[in-house]
Amino acid sequence: MAVTETLGKKKRGDEGGATYLERTPRRLVTLYLPLAIFIFVLLFPFYWMTITALKPDNQLTDYDNYSPFWVVKPTLDHIRYLLFETSYLPWLWNTIVVSVAATFLSIFAAVLGAYAIERLRFTGSRQVGLGIFLAYLVPPSILFIPLAFMVFKLGLYDSKWALILTYPTFLIPFCTWLLMGYFRSIPYELEECALIDGATRLQILVKIILPLSVPGLISASIFAFTLSWNEFIYALTFIQSSENKTVPVGVLTELVRSDVYEWGALMAGALFGSLPVVILYSFFVDYYVSSMTGAVKE
Amino acid sequence: MTSTITTEAAGPLRAGGISRLLENRNVLGALFLLPAAVILLLFLTYPLGLGVWLGFTDTQIGREGIFVGLENYEYLWSDSVFWLSVFNTVLYTVVASILKFALGLWLALILNERLPFKAFFRAIVLLPWVVPTVLSAIAFWWIYDAQFSILSWSLMKLGIIDAPINFLGDPNLARASVIAANVWRGIPFVAITLLAGLQTIPPSLYEAAMLDGTNSWQRLRYVTLPMLTPIIAVVMTFSVLFTFTDFQLIYVLTRGGPVNATHLMATLSFQRAIPGGHLGEGAAIAIAMVPFLLSAILFSYFGLQRRKWQQGGRD
Repeated sequence: MAVTETLGKKKRGDEGGATYLERTPRRLVTLYLPLAIFIFVLLFPFYWMTITALKPDNQLTDYDNYSPFWVVKPTLDHIRYLLFETSYLPWLWNTIVVSVAATFLSIFAAVLGAYAIERLRFTGSRQVGLGIFLAYLVPPSILFIPLAFMVFKLGLYDSKWALILTYPTFLIPFCTWLLMGYFRSIPYELEECALIDGATRLQILVKIILPLSVPGLISASIFAFTLSWNEFIYALTFIQSSENKTVPVGVLTELVRSDVYEWGALMAGALFGSLPVVILYSFFVDYYVSSMTGAVKE
Repeated sequence: MTSTITTEAAGPLRAGGISRLLENRNVLGALFLLPAAVILLLFLTYPLGLGVWLGFTDTQIGREGIFVGLENYEYLWSDSVFWLSVFNTVLYTVVASILKFALGLWLALILNERLPFKAFFRAIVLLPWVVPTVLSAIAFWWIYDAQFSILSWSLMKLGIIDAPINFLGDPNLARASVIAANVWRGIPFVAITLLAGLQTIPPSLYEAAMLDGTNSWQRLRYVTLPMLTPIIAVVMTFSVLFTFTDFQLIYVLTRGGPVNATHLMATLSFQRAIPGGHLGEGAAIAIAMVPFLLSAILFSYFGLQRRKWQQGGRD
């Protein structure tokens, strides 16, 4: 179905230079209407999340007297409950600590690794590069059981260190791969000049390569931070006590009680857990997009 | 160049030997790689091997296991729930990936057109991908609520249905619902990466094709798709990989229910290993996913090969 639609659109879908041949009424049906539907469907859950978080309890499920799509007297009760009567703020703090620590650790390791693979060209660097790429393809769903076993053995169970040390397993391969692409784009001549001037490799990395790859570093950091923020299966498996949980795990395991679903508080929790990454993303859209597409294209 | 380095490495005891040694690219390379290598070997390579080993043992939480050979796999072979989860995983992956590709390509083609506020649209389209899956899944949970689903309510208002739809209670509806939620989350990734691919296609190719009298279907078929094939291969490999190993969405929405109808291999392995305590059996299920993943990776590899070949084969 969708494929035929695509073709229908392409019938006048003249890319680039020839778009002026199109007429507005046609574009309305073939372009703006599908776009509007896409945007509506993609954004509706967020709207629903927000509106539910603001609804007073009596409007939450009373669709007969109140239109479900709007809220008459918005209330902050659910948000107040969430922030002050649950452990939400500690979860938020845990998520920040774990994400920031894991991101820093990964970026540090990835910068050195990417520079070594891309610029030092040591024996076997190509194989190491390929290995990094393959490591990127190993999904957490396969690793969490043996990792849980190790976390038990190492005595890290139920501590933030379990997450800070395991998140880099998917962050380092990604960041290294991304930074390799950035380092490749920096002219080698700059480095040769510095070498002739007597700089060591570490000086070159810190004083020449890193300042030139700031966009790459931002992209990698943003993406790594978002990935750690969104991580779920490790946090679910390795953390037991309420005060050590991250936001996604906390919201799901502590706010959901089998008897009563407190939808207002749940939606508020989902909303506030999403906001930090959304805000971060909105400031760095281009970096985010370039890291996502870059990782695929490289 | 190489020979100079070798001689330098051979004489590290000369004056300034250490610093010369540090200029050797192999020594320096090893040093620079150390942090990444330690973490990846310790927390990625080793657990991968450990997982394979655990699959051959009867390890339980809090109890050391002994080697039991293929017993776990023999048990799984005759376990109908396991086969149901394999079926579900394949169904989930195939249907969701096809939908994600078709809708994602469509959205990419739309966004590649001349549009007002294009950057803004591109930015908000990615939101479902940016937001934590668990949290958006919770929103879907509420949207799919058996009694107060907004979808049911809207359809009832429109007079299409009479009673609320039990989205997550009926096996087939539950499958469709989790697939829909997965597609919702996956479209942005496919669309934005394909859009990046579309933008690299020179408009002159389309103009040349137009002058040759092609219609738009031919331009899509003979210009866009061939130019896009390499990136499609990579994007879809990643998409398949993410979908096949999906855990979060199912865990939030159904926990594998109703009657295991939506259990994926990942959720089943979690359920058997962590709440069930049978680490060995859970590891065996996880390892059973590897052949499927390997085929996806090979697919990606050949996709990349073709790309290099198309570009005139740089290294």
